[in-house]
Amino acid sequence: MSEPPIVVEALHADYGGTPVLRGVDLSVAAGEILVIMGGSGSGKSTLLRHLLGLLQPRSGRVRLLGQDLARARERDWRRLRPRLGVAFQSGALLSSLSVGENVLLPLREHTRLPEPTLKILMRLKLAMVNLVGCEDLMPAELSGGMIKRAALARALALDPELLFLDEPSAGLDPVVAAALDELILELRAVLGMSVVVVTHELESAFKIADRLCVLDRGEVIALGPTAEVRNSPSERVQALLTRRRESPEETPCDVLDELMGRARQRRVN
Amino acid sequence: MRAWLAGLGRQVFDGIAEFGYAVLLLLQALAWTVTGPARGQPVRLSAVVQQAVEMGIGAVPIVLILSFAIGTMVAIQGIYSLSLFGAESKVTLGVALSITREFSPLITGILVAGRSGSALAARLGTMRINEEIAALTVMGIHPVRSLVAPPLLALLLLLPALTWLSMMVALLGAGLYISAVLGFSFHAFLDELRAVTALGDILHGVGKSALFALLIVLVGVVNGLQVSGGAVGIGRATTRSVVHAISAIVVADMIFAFLATRA
Repeated sequence: MSEPPIVVEALHADYGGTPVLRGVDLSVAAGEILVIMGGSGSGKSTLLRHLLGLLQPRSGRVRLLGQDLARARERDWRRLRPRLGVAFQSGALLSSLSVGENVLLPLREHTRLPEPTLKILMRLKLAMVNLVGCEDLMPAELSGGMIKRAALARALALDPELLFLDEPSAGLDPVVAAALDELILELRAVLGMSVVVVTHELESAFKIADRLCVLDRGEVIALGPTAEVRNSPSERVQALLTRRRESPEETPCDVLDELMGRARQRRVN
Repeated sequence: MRAWLAGLGRQVFDGIAEFGYAVLLLLQALAWTVTGPARGQPVRLSAVVQQAVEMGIGAVPIVLILSFAIGTMVAIQGIYSLSLFGAESKVTLGVALSITREFSPLITGILVAGRSGSALAARLGTMRINEEIAALTVMGIHPVRSLVAPPLLALLLLLPALTWLSMMVALLGAGLYISAVLGFSFHAFLDELRAVTALGDILHGVGKSALFALLIVLVGVVNGLQVSGGAVGIGRATTRSVVHAISAIVVADMIFAFLATRA
């Protein structure tokens, strides 16, 4: 059997000397939706940036479609990039270009198709995310949900084999968020790509995930089919899933120190 | 004391790192310009033209006004100071040399630094905060190729052109004033101007402005790409890039003048 399209092995990463990822191992099968969950500071955004090759790991490996990112040369990247689609949390549409131009950008960069064909492809992608007729709008004129969908259309422009979505439903009202989740499921069913979703929205995660990966302080504390992770006996997992605030043991003296502003010194020592 | 020294050390270290980053960006931008077409990723001409219009053509009116004023001002001061020892007739020489070698490149450089250096920092800073730069990277569009090379090429062409324009207008202002005050024809001023100005003086000024173009773009780009901390960070980077660009221009001007007059 061939290797899964996304493989992460013993990934360690630092941010300014502080460890952010401590030995992450995971893989994503073809056509699978893996949702990476975790609170803020859990390292999930950092993990995504490593998957995209935007950051260099301290140690460990990331392989996308058989290509080791650390060993990828420019030529390899050029072959790999068109096979990846990414929708960032903020949408990251280029604000100086219209929605249509944004979707055309990867098509222009990686294909040599004539202009009318490009335009047709662009409208096709916009139709996929229900944004027909919005191609001449500027990103600033779009609502939050429309921006996310336009970003999704741009990510899908080159029919990628791997799709990465950063917080696709964050900041949207529940109805729009649910519609977007449906859309992700539909697209996967039609296009059959592997999808990695990073989110902290529990409801959306449970709805779209085939498998869940729960990150906490840079470690994978649960990885498996959604139902299995949901019923995990681990306290740390349940704390995250039921949104209980994990309180470290604090003595009255600690609290007093904190209030007096001595807390930071204590932590450093 | 120790904390102060540590802070100083960190600032020096950061300064050196930033300088290295600027040099790296410059080399990458030049490399993309030269090798981009062969790699199938050319620096887009349309982007260069757009930047040239925005940074260069847009600055023409204000360059014209300021240059005319500066030229007239230099003539006024020149006649005043030379009249102290009765040498008003030498004013054309002084005006011609100071405008072509110093005033025009300097005023144009400072003007464009304030107008475009800050805009560049703000634009790249906003793009960074909005993850647009990361989005370009993952689409396989290298940010240096699409965001650094176009303004660099545009300003390398346009700032010398603007400087030349500024020289002409400043000399026009000076000539009109001088010929009116000293009572000879504008034509006579032009004749004298031609006699005292060498091509070298104009090249000195124009050459310097190409160096200023490099400094303005690199300072703007470095500040923009390093923005952190949201909207406040963008504001800080914008201010910083104007102050740094103008300082860099003035210091580089001094060094250039020193080296060029010894050669």
